[in-house]
Amino acid sequence: MATDTHAAAGHAADAASAPGMPQLDFSNWGNQIFWLLVTLVVIYFVLSRIALPRIAAVLAERQGTITNDIAAAEELKAKAGEAEAAYNQALVDARAEAQRIVGEAKAEIQTDLDAAIAKADAEIAAKAAESEKAIAEIRAGAVDSIRDVAADTAKEIVAALGGKADAKAVKAAVEARMKG
Amino acid sequence: MASEVHGADEGGLVFHPMDQFTVKPLFGGDHIGMFTITNATLWMALAVVGLVAMMVFGSSRRAVIPTRAQSIAELAYGFIFKMVEDVAGKDAVRFFPYIMTLFMFIVFSNFLGLIPMSFTTTSHFAVTVVLALLVFVTVTAVGFAKNGAKFLALFWVSSAPMALRPVLAVIELISYFVRPVSHSIRLAGNVMAGHAVIKVFAAFAAALVVNEIPTAVGIIVTPLSILGITALYALEVLVAFIQAYVFAILTCVYLRDALHPSH
Repeated sequence: MATDTHAAAGHAADAASAPGMPQLDFSNWGNQIFWLLVTLVVIYFVLSRIALPRIAAVLAERQGTITNDIAAAEELKAKAGEAEAAYNQALVDARAEAQRIVGEAKAEIQTDLDAAIAKADAEIAAKAAESEKAIAEIRAGAVDSIRDVAADTAKEIVAALGGKADAKAVKAAVEARMKG
Repeated sequence: MASEVHGADEGGLVFHPMDQFTVKPLFGGDHIGMFTITNATLWMALAVVGLVAMMVFGSSRRAVIPTRAQSIAELAYGFIFKMVEDVAGKDAVRFFPYIMTLFMFIVFSNFLGLIPMSFTTTSHFAVTVVLALLVFVTVTAVGFAKNGAKFLALFWVSSAPMALRPVLAVIELISYFVRPVSHSIRLAGNVMAGHAVIKVFAAFAAALVVNEIPTAVGIIVTPLSILGITALYALEVLVAFIQAYVFAILTCVYLRDALHPSH
């Protein structure tokens, strides 16, 4: 069987060239070249009219999509950055506001405190002055009483000793003694 | 059966590694005319079918997020497009569909040829010579159309000393005309050699079941042959892609020469 087909196929080859080298059997070159050209033309048209433009379009579309997506992502990133900046700004503002309010409150409290202290000081000063005055009065009263008692006592002592007390001299002596 | 003819002195092993390259009519008859449908026609048509399936149906959904099939189509597109742009220059991009056609045809033919019992169209010089000549003619035509007589500067190495230039011009001229030869034989030769060697190993793999060979020999030879086929097949998968790539990149290099001929 193998012999038959081989012999049949080899018929043409035997005549022309090296047996066993079908490539050099020029009798079928025309046939091969014809069908090759048909094949190449078909492939060329299929590729250049249908396949390649289509794939090029797909690739371009994909490139476009990717570019758009990247641009969108950039934009979103910028937006996020802006939002962050705004948030930070708000935070800084709030902090400053809080500080201001705290400062104000502190100042208010200080004024109130100062006023209260001043008032208390004044009251204390007034009370002290009053007390001093009372003390001075008491002291003056006491000195007068002592002088009277001393004079009376001296007069009595003088009388008891048998002398005649000169009221004026006694008083002067007491005065002198009190000063000393 | 066949052993009487071919394997008489091979101890019963059947060697015809080149049979796989025979062009035969598909629908009977012995004669191959210009338009006869042959196995070569069939496998070229299958290459077209595969290409349409991958490049057209694969990308039919035009998805921004690609399916697997579409990814492959896009990968092929990007791979060749970048190669044309990088190697041949930005102004060569209008030749991209042309180079893509060559690459896709070769890559599909090579891979379809790796299917057991298939026919490898790119193993035939008739095919690769036409492909190489198409490139040669295109490149030459583009060179003259774009640069006029200045295209001949390609052969006049202006960086060499004046005395050497005529000699170099002859060498350059010869190398220019040898291009289509090497371009075509490289592809067909690589593909043909690999397939033929696989077929030789396949013949040895039958050693165990051939009566004339002692079983002890067969036990060693058959597994080794199968191992050899496997290894070679892996290599051929690599070659199938690399040769298509080499063909395409050389086309780009020639195209660059044509667009910018000065050295």
